[in-house]
Amino acid sequence: MLSANELESGYGRARVLFGVSLDVGPGQLVCVMGRNGVGKTTLLNTIMGVLPATSGAVTFDGRDVTRLPTHERARLGMGYVPQGHQCFPQLSVLGNLLVTMEAARTGKESVDSALDLFPGLKPLLKRRAGHLSGGQQQQLAIARVLVTRPRLLILDEPTEGIQPSIILEIEEAIERLHASGLAVLLVEQYLDIAVRLADRFVILDAGQVVRTGDAGDLHGEDVHRLLAV
Amino acid sequence: MTAVVNQLPIGLSIAAVLLLVALGLTVTFGQMGVINMAHGEFIMAGAYTAFLLGDLLLALPAAFVVAGLMGLALERGAIRHFYGRPLDTLLLTWGVSLVLQQLARDLFGAPNVQVPAPSWLSGGIGILPYNRLFIMALAVAGVAGIWLYLTRTRLGRRTQAVVQNRRLAATSGIDPGRVDMLTFFIGSGLAGLAGVALTLIGPVGPALGTYYIVDAFLVVVAGGLGQLRGAVLAAVGLGLLNSYAEFWSDASLAKVLVFAAVIGFLQVRPQGLVALRSRALT
Repeated sequence: MLSANELESGYGRARVLFGVSLDVGPGQLVCVMGRNGVGKTTLLNTIMGVLPATSGAVTFDGRDVTRLPTHERARLGMGYVPQGHQCFPQLSVLGNLLVTMEAARTGKESVDSALDLFPGLKPLLKRRAGHLSGGQQQQLAIARVLVTRPRLLILDEPTEGIQPSIILEIEEAIERLHASGLAVLLVEQYLDIAVRLADRFVILDAGQVVRTGDAGDLHGEDVHRLLAV
Repeated sequence: MTAVVNQLPIGLSIAAVLLLVALGLTVTFGQMGVINMAHGEFIMAGAYTAFLLGDLLLALPAAFVVAGLMGLALERGAIRHFYGRPLDTLLLTWGVSLVLQQLARDLFGAPNVQVPAPSWLSGGIGILPYNRLFIMALAVAGVAGIWLYLTRTRLGRRTQAVVQNRRLAATSGIDPGRVDMLTFFIGSGLAGLAGVALTLIGPVGPALGTYYIVDAFLVVVAGGLGQLRGAVLAAVGLGLLNSYAEFWSDASLAKVLVFAAVIGFLQVRPQGLVALRSRALT
């Protein structure tokens, strides 16, 4: 479904990724792990085209998207929820969902089904998104991307800085989406969440893949060493 | 006392023109962060469009399109390569502004031209001449139009999304470049409307835009960047201040007073009249 092949990128002269490869199969949930600053967000940004790849290739559904602008990747079905529960702060919650629905040319029912996954958003539809709590904004951020009817969901630390009650809801939502057959690429700091949700995992260190495997292999001394801060 | 009252329609119509010019800037400078010094020349282009057509009602849509297309060409041809580099944009558009002024001199001659006001605008109600009333109505319509566009239409919502979080908009499937083009077209078109309005109260010359561009930037900054409500308040305030100061002293001293007032105001409230928490000009 998605495959990154020997991706390299960075900011100006500072290289961050040194040839990262990974694959997400149809319906698979792949978890990218690693300490702060090893290039997880950079990897997602490069996959999404927010940051240009200096070499390597990104293939989505058999199509080379490496040179495609971000918005066209989104329209192909790559649903990206960036770090930090981002939204359009001056638009209402409903406005956030509608503007995305219109850009993706999906119908009203996509908004309804996204709200069914996060019923907590329903009473907030008229509120300004910028006035929501971080957890509510994160739910909105995921709901907003679901409105585009993505075939691959890319989540960057969806539980970071969120109150525990909502972490649980978000986790359950991801689990349900995955169970319904949606492929997910997830960056996650919490080892327990990764073990619970992931089919496969990739551990990054200093811009390179240092371990990959099935979720069951996600234990042992070296794993903890690679993930410890 | 009568002098104060008599000066009011003049002040309000100047405020209306300022508002129309500043509306366009609110969109391009306030929301997109582009300092477009050639915005004044779009006013001039609108005014000359009215001069060429000779018909006020025909001139309004025509000037909007002419100025809008010039803005579009400027954005596509030059400005988009300089996003995030305000100083380079400033120099670039200033250069374009000078070129456009010279172009107008070559095309229409250096002396000012007069656009005859239509007969149905002569006369007035009491101290309110019809031509100045028309300008005020145009400004009100402009504000209402922009407000409806931003809050009630799909394209307006998309524009807001790009302004508020450009990267997120792109990852949501919105093409930010296309939204930029549209935003620039509308913002520049509004300057064209202001140009038509100006033909009703004075002659048209190649330097017409330069008289308004600085004041319009003042309106946008004093009103709070990208804020419609702020721009309206600041335009009315500055327009009245300007015309009264000019009435009681002279044009140069009036400018000094207006500048002093704005500088003083920004010392107290650097974010402008209406502040937006989550958006900064970077």
